[in-house]
Amino acid sequence: MTHMFFFLTVALYGCATFAYLACLLRTSPWLTLWAGRILAAGFTAHLLSTIHLASKIKYLPLTNMQESLSFFSLAIVGAFIFFERKYKVTTLGSFMVPVALMMLIASSTLHGEVRQLHPVLQSNWFWFHALLAFVSYACFTIAAGVAVMYLIQNYFLKTKRLGALFQKLPSLETMDEISYRCLTVGFPLLTFAIISGSIWSEKAMGSYWVWDRKQTWSLIIWLIYAALLHGRLTIGWRGKHAAILSILGFIVILFTFFAMKHSITW
Amino acid sequence: MNIIVVGLSHKTAAVEIREKVAFSPNQIEKPLGELIRLEGIIEGVIVSTCNRVEIYATTRDIAGGIARIKRFMAEYHHLPFEVLEPHLYSYHAEAAIRHVFRVASSLDSMIIGEPQILGQIKTSYGYAAEFKSSGIILNRFLHKAFSVAKRVRTETRIASSAVSVAFAAVELAKKILGDLSDKTVMLIGAGEMCELAAKHFLNSGAKGVMVTNRTFERAEKLAEEFGGEAVRFESFLEHLHRADIVLSSTGAPHCIIGPQDVKEVLKRRRFRPVFFIDIAVPRDIDPKVDAIENAYLFTVDHLQEIIQANLAQRSLEAEKAEQIINQEIGQFHKWLSTLEVTPTIVALRNRFDEIRRAELDKTITGWKEELTPDAERRLEALTMAMMNKLLHSPTAALKQAGQGGRVDLYVDALRQLFQLEALPHDNEELELEE
Repeated sequence: MTHMFFFLTVALYGCATFAYLACLLRTSPWLTLWAGRILAAGFTAHLLSTIHLASKIKYLPLTNMQESLSFFSLAIVGAFIFFERKYKVTTLGSFMVPVALMMLIASSTLHGEVRQLHPVLQSNWFWFHALLAFVSYACFTIAAGVAVMYLIQNYFLKTKRLGALFQKLPSLETMDEISYRCLTVGFPLLTFAIISGSIWSEKAMGSYWVWDRKQTWSLIIWLIYAALLHGRLTIGWRGKHAAILSILGFIVILFTFFAMKHSITW
Repeated sequence: MNIIVVGLSHKTAAVEIREKVAFSPNQIEKPLGELIRLEGIIEGVIVSTCNRVEIYATTRDIAGGIARIKRFMAEYHHLPFEVLEPHLYSYHAEAAIRHVFRVASSLDSMIIGEPQILGQIKTSYGYAAEFKSSGIILNRFLHKAFSVAKRVRTETRIASSAVSVAFAAVELAKKILGDLSDKTVMLIGAGEMCELAAKHFLNSGAKGVMVTNRTFERAEKLAEEFGGEAVRFESFLEHLHRADIVLSSTGAPHCIIGPQDVKEVLKRRRFRPVFFIDIAVPRDIDPKVDAIENAYLFTVDHLQEIIQANLAQRSLEAEKAEQIINQEIGQFHKWLSTLEVTPTIVALRNRFDEIRRAELDKTITGWKEELTPDAERRLEALTMAMMNKLLHSPTAALKQAGQGGRVDLYVDALRQLFQLEALPHDNEELELEE
């Protein structure tokens, strides 16, 4: 069952990626509508697959790279669907859906087995921590996608190359608003994720902060986004440099996610 | 029935001619009345805009109808026929349908895709409907033209891009600033293009206007006109931070806004972006301003480039529009053809029945004594059955032809072979289901 939903999800995300990329080349209300529908169907299948897996293994599937990648991808698609409905930004899909698809494919190539859960993971604080972290990561992923679009659009405006892609991309103001919204939602979530993570660390290992690689890099991520939000709130920092910092933050997230494993869990 | 078009447009006649043959909308009843009283003209619509004057009509006699309408246009406006004639074009049948579809879709306009023409044709048709000069065919024809124009508008991007400097500036502002409803425009200096652009911005929902000018009275006057705020030229830099869109067109010999000014303004605005449009020659705004983050400077040349690109885009979209029109012509032509089938069948039946009845009467009168009422009934039934059998295949063939669009040939042949009368003009009941 889980496999069936999983493959259905991969197939639907594949079709949605194709449709969203086609949206960049063609203007068609029909295409936009169906790209959205296919993605929504894919998201539903993904959600069912995740729920089915969770009920089978009796815990949230967030404990290894395969499960985490799939969940990361689910969170990205969910966040994108929310922002697309709110701001009518189809072109964002051309940037985000391929990322979600790649993560899902990467997840499917990894070996996954139902195994005995490590005792330190059996804490509600851990689930709380992991869930919050992924939702905040999804927000920052969207922010980075918007930042890439912002830089492209800014480049077009500064070089006065106002072609078809320029017409397709949303206005600078819209992108700025989305990225600000992602930041104001993502940052508190990340903060809570770190707090709940350290509570869990105290319960499992007896210390709130152990300075392992994962915790250190999480702090770096937190500092980057804190700087971004602080600049925005105090002096109204925005535009090109804010976009670059947002992309940098996302790169650090990816690095932390893929390269930095918890010293204790795996 | 044939649709004919006679007229002239910006493509065939200069404005000096066009203005002489224009029909005033206030007195359109008179020419419409005269038009449908012309010999052979059944229905008529007059479209008169500053770029074209056209008459759409239906007639049985194409050549005669066209000639009479041409004469009518000259005589009505007291112009020598020889002067007007070279400027007039005329179309009939499919070409006429195509022409009107193209005009309504704004493919024949001076600026392809401009939106006014459709409204103008709708108004013209409104007059014709009001004064009953249009009938079943032109009603259907023009409604079809309107729906074709709508299809072209929604399925192609023919009218989606700006082709005037003022409009291009508004479109660009939306790409930078998003929703304009909380944005303020600052006008520096006066000038037709600048004022026009300011009007466009206000029409697109901009919140307010500030006006500054070397002569403060002029600024006040303009500010009043736009419902805005006048600012003294000596201190306009103090107010610059409140503007999201800055339109500049002074006659100043040097730049009046430099990079340092803009940097300070941006800081005061908390780096919310500003869109500068420099229409002045020599330039008012230092080109270095464009290098500053969150400041976007466009000159009139940049806007012209956008317009050129948009025009090229429109020509591409026009090709798609032509394809849509081709499809629609086929459909409408089919409907027009079937319009003649039913009356022809009725006329043919009437002709046969006439003959049958005459012959039957003759026979019955001659045989009066020998015929029982029962035999009389049988004779009636026999002749009726013969007539129906004889008519069956031509009727079927005619209906078939109506579907295929080759109906003119059949209708003409039948009318000649059986000496059918001219078709009734008052064909109110003949409208076929679509």
